[in-house]
Amino acid sequence: MDFTYDDEQVALRDAVRGLVGKAYGDYERRRQVVKEDPGFDEKQWSRLAEMGILGLPFSEEDGGVGAGPVEIGIVCQELGRTIAPEPFLASVVLAGGLVAAAGTPEQRAEVLGALAAGDSVLAFAHDEPGRRWGAAAESVTAAQDGGSWTLTGVKEPVLHGARADVLVVSAALPGGGTGAFLVAGDAEGLSRAGYPTYDGGRAARVALDQTPAVPLGAPGLDLSGSIATVLDITRIMAANQSLGAMQTLLGATTDYLKSRKQFGVTLNHFQALTFRAADMYTSLELTHSLVDWATMVISAGTPEEVAAAAARVSLQVSRGGRHVGQEAIQLHGGIAMTAEYHVGMYVAHLTALDHLFGDGDHQVRKLSATVADYDLLDPLDR
Amino acid sequence: MQLELSEDDQEFRAQMREFFTTEVSEEIRRTVIEGRELTHDQIVEAQRTLNAAGLAVPHWPEEYGGRGWSELRRHLWHEEMQRAGVPTPLAFNASMIGPVIAQFGTEEQKQEYLPKTANLDIWWSQGFSEPDAGSDLASLRTTAVRDGDHWVVNGQKTWTTLGQYGDWIFTLVRTDPEVKKQAGISMLLIDMTSPGLEVRPIELIDGGHEVNEVWFTDVRVPAANLVGELNGGWTIAKFLLGNERVGVAPVGATKRILARAKDLAKDTSDGEGGTLLDDPLVRARIVELENELLALELTALRVVAHSSDGEPHPASSVLKLKGTELQQAVSELMVDLAGPASVASGAGDDSDLPDWARTVTPTYLNLRKASIYGGSNEIQRQIISRTILGL
Repeated sequence: MDFTYDDEQVALRDAVRGLVGKAYGDYERRRQVVKEDPGFDEKQWSRLAEMGILGLPFSEEDGGVGAGPVEIGIVCQELGRTIAPEPFLASVVLAGGLVAAAGTPEQRAEVLGALAAGDSVLAFAHDEPGRRWGAAAESVTAAQDGGSWTLTGVKEPVLHGARADVLVVSAALPGGGTGAFLVAGDAEGLSRAGYPTYDGGRAARVALDQTPAVPLGAPGLDLSGSIATVLDITRIMAANQSLGAMQTLLGATTDYLKSRKQFGVTLNHFQALTFRAADMYTSLELTHSLVDWATMVISAGTPEEVAAAAARVSLQVSRGGRHVGQEAIQLHGGIAMTAEYHVGMYVAHLTALDHLFGDGDHQVRKLSATVADYDLLDPLDR
Repeated sequence: MQLELSEDDQEFRAQMREFFTTEVSEEIRRTVIEGRELTHDQIVEAQRTLNAAGLAVPHWPEEYGGRGWSELRRHLWHEEMQRAGVPTPLAFNASMIGPVIAQFGTEEQKQEYLPKTANLDIWWSQGFSEPDAGSDLASLRTTAVRDGDHWVVNGQKTWTTLGQYGDWIFTLVRTDPEVKKQAGISMLLIDMTSPGLEVRPIELIDGGHEVNEVWFTDVRVPAANLVGELNGGWTIAKFLLGNERVGVAPVGATKRILARAKDLAKDTSDGEGGTLLDDPLVRARIVELENELLALELTALRVVAHSSDGEPHPASSVLKLKGTELQQAVSELMVDLAGPASVASGAGDDSDLPDWARTVTPTYLNLRKASIYGGSNEIQRQIISRTILGL
């Protein structure tokens, strides 16, 4: 049991922190970037590619670096610290993760190679209107005619769905189960309507009308297991990103309490406020512990263990993130309500991450299903 | 980063588990697991069993019975002990006065007291708090005035836990009233059979007798019983209270009680054809508590895994605060599971209500103390906001 980064991991953290800090350490820059489509900085995306960050999780044969979950988590934390808008989570971890898990060697080399090089943005079109947080697709269906496949239905919201060069789309298979398909951004019968999300991100309604698609991996294969695991890994990485954002929020709040004067003294003279900051710290440290643990479970655990770890860390981040975010705004007062100041936007981003992949109540419901099956939780017994 | 324990530490943990679950009296462990009160003799017996195996004071200097373990091993020892329902060595002896005598005592004091302290041949009481000196310990008023080869002690201590069993009491006394309040304090060891020393019980909200007042009226204490330097008591108190925070989050015990809550919920009807564990709200509460305990346990592991470089890990301040909150929350769940049976704390042997349901409310009420003692949780928030956040 060891929670420390080795030298290479520290070097990676410092390098990523340097890059994104230079880009978005000044919050105003982030604000300007997310005003314009595609909602992130294409040049920054290229820099991340040059640094090897976009290929970090993928094997060397697929054009990547072959790094482990801890390294991916480090990147997510650093992106979270500045709420950098580049679609690392949506494109690399989620969409790329599914291609890496389910694609043929040729698909992996082609799609992931271009992603790692910064030449292509991927999106995973999975959510469907009227339902949430499952691994199965229902309203988007796949049809087969000879050797060719088409997809029909609506996916929404799809993160970065309008900008993506290639969409990875989940669909209900004719023979049952859920498959995944590659759809080119310019495919026939594909229409995309993009819009900004409240945290400066981008999402889209993606409509498919007998749109030609290439099955990911072997045609007709039920991929719901792979989709579930990739979503679980994404939950854990989203938790890393949230942790970074929470760290910035606590730092900003303590700085503010030390500098802002009211009634002739700085706010840290009021114990009612400093105690609330202490409780924010407690939430943050507990979250930190669970995030590090869940990240380590990805490489050491079975899919069931990863699913449980994802649910547990998502629950903690949901509760802790809301606590830290809400308190950060309250302790700042009115300034945190303005779009010019960063704190409110961090809270908005935490809120988005909380709802993209399953919020705290959802996780409690999931974990409740098995709570009678074991006596006590033991993270050291594996 | 590494998820698993090293093989050596895994083996160590297995050895501890084996020892605690096979070598310590099963009746004592059952008393702990079922939440009943331990007798004086059971506490003594448990500690002597541990001491005979070298497991009572592993954190002491090695020449006095310590084992030179890593912080991680001490943590595993402590957690396995709690998980097995083994009473932890009496804190006043093992965590408080023992390390103090080993650090500050004279050679004679070490020879005289340390073996008896480890083996619980002497039952120590703590004489720190006074009616006007709780979290503000330096305001204490009990005086010690030098008279030849003796100190003459007058005053009153309070909240002396299990003082009714105490053989000796370690006290902080004011030896110089003229200087600023932290500077005039000394530590004295006092035989509780001394003339003029009187222990008076305090009845608590749980109906039990756990704490006491200790009154000193012209109690004569040999000068040789001074620990450390004259007027150096504040340094010793800070050393002792620093030790007190180690292992202060009772994760292992709270996990065990939560696991038991699940078992009991499974065996209790919800009155509508199912069991309490079928109730989605009960399940949800258990899930939330389990998750918070998991986060706390992992935080404790983060802290112990990092403490080798001497500096305390900042997250250690979280352990007391959150550990006691969760301990209290689990005790609250137990009361809620017991429902109407929880009022029957005074029922006798002819009661049809289960034992557990009759003990949960006194335990719940008793545990309100956890966020008050050892530096109240408000003091912990003060430590976090001042020393970690710099507020």
